[in-house]
Amino acid sequence: MAMFSQNPTMNGPNYSFSDTPRTKAPEGAREHRFDPYTDNGGSTLAIAGADFTIMAGDTRLTSGYNINSRYHPKVFKIGGTTSDQHDATIALSVVGFAADGEALKERLDAICKMYRYRHGKPMSVKACAQRLSTILYQKRFFPYYAYAILGGLDEEGKGAVYSYDPVGSYEREQCRAGGAAASLIMPFLDNQVNFKNQYIPGSGEGHALQERERKPLSRQEVETLVKDAFDGAVERHIEVGDGLQMMIITKDGIQEVTMPLKKD
Amino acid sequence: MPGFDFSNYNRNAALHARGVPLPKATSTGTTIVGCIYDGGVVIAADTRATSGPIVADKNCEKLHYISPNIWCAGAGTAADTEFTTALISSQLELHSLSTGRKPRVVTCMTLLKQHLFRYQGHIGAYLVVAGVDPTGTHLFTVHAHGSTDKLPYVTMGSGSLAAMSVFETQWRPKLTQEDAVKLCSDAILAGIFNDLGSGSNVDVAVITSEKTTLKRNYIKPNERTQKLKSYKFARGTTNVLNEKIIRKEDLGNFVTVEEISVAGPGDQMEVDA
Repeated sequence: MAMFSQNPTMNGPNYSFSDTPRTKAPEGAREHRFDPYTDNGGSTLAIAGADFTIMAGDTRLTSGYNINSRYHPKVFKIGGTTSDQHDATIALSVVGFAADGEALKERLDAICKMYRYRHGKPMSVKACAQRLSTILYQKRFFPYYAYAILGGLDEEGKGAVYSYDPVGSYEREQCRAGGAAASLIMPFLDNQVNFKNQYIPGSGEGHALQERERKPLSRQEVETLVKDAFDGAVERHIEVGDGLQMMIITKDGIQEVTMPLKKD
Repeated sequence: MPGFDFSNYNRNAALHARGVPLPKATSTGTTIVGCIYDGGVVIAADTRATSGPIVADKNCEKLHYISPNIWCAGAGTAADTEFTTALISSQLELHSLSTGRKPRVVTCMTLLKQHLFRYQGHIGAYLVVAGVDPTGTHLFTVHAHGSTDKLPYVTMGSGSLAAMSVFETQWRPKLTQEDAVKLCSDAILAGIFNDLGSGSNVDVAVITSEKTTLKRNYIKPNERTQKLKSYKFARGTTNVLNEKIIRKEDLGNFVTVEEISVAGPGDQMEVDA
């Protein structure tokens, strides 16, 4: 299944597409190629709590070995009444090709605004999640090169995180890391959020040993995990750094926090 | 047989033709600089080594010893800069012993360029060669294909543009040692913060006719931030599926154990004190 299969260039040497080594062309053939995509690096992260969701992303925008911007947000409020999004209830993070991420955000935001105008109520995360999938799949053969994560609160008020591949395959999850450092952050999250590979000491022998049970984390604990995850990613991934942007979604609205990361 | 071992060449060429990619070498996507001043020469480097977008080493050494009065800053493929400088260092030492003269920077530069040219750029070493010898103070760059330059200030590596921007705005003739060190470290800092291939700390080497001073981690502008939480696991968190203990006295059941007597004083290898 194509779900979350990262684009091959994401784990490789991260060429901008025009620099990707060519597979050999037939003798005498002249190539005329259209390279519409660039990988702009960066990383995102979302964790759902019992009554909140935290979405985060670094704020560095890169191409190749260059830094294009040290403050280019990847997390956006979606579907507020006005452009300042003060009453928004859903957040979207996008990473990959920045221009496509921006276009995708604009499109989803416009759709959510139209829904609010027509129905007189904001869109549920569940509906918004399904609509985002449809938007992505509509461009199945010229995809938005963006790894999107949608976050909000479900109908019961519980934290909800939906994650996507670039062509619209999606799934509701407890947590998800996306982008350049996803392979560095995701194993940390599996262990610290879902307590994978952790057992209760002395609860049995060998295979009978009991797994440590999942418990919902507090908002403070999740914020700590997010900061530590990004500090770790900054140490080992060259495309992650400069700033950390966090959105905390609760029933009272969306609170935005930014803090510095290492700049080298 | 001297030189490189090509015995896997045909097999690897066949694999490559079938689409198996070459293994990825650690590259020091780097910022290195050098600058002559009145009385000597300064070279400097960052300390990040990368493998693709991943940081392979956060504090590696890119300033290489050639002889007491000649040092080299290396960019490009880490192994190539390491081995090429070590090889030329060795040749220069033997040359110096046989001629009974101090090694010269031009000699080092010539040996390097001839070695690199022979390998047509396949040895990915990009070097800044600096030193003081009886003929004066010298600073060169050597590219992987064998071309060289002789300039009062030089930069190389992926951060060379960022570093050169500092030299082109701040360099002036007749610098003092302090000014040269400041200028070189500022150039490296420009690379560290503006080039993704460079990062972590600044290493500086100052070479004068009297002595060489290596200032390892001269500036550390990127100290690791403290984790907010302890990630220590309670003992027993990891599942033990099976356990087997082999005691030292039973080792003979698995491998051949031979007691060796300590060699006499004449047989012992000469090591540093």
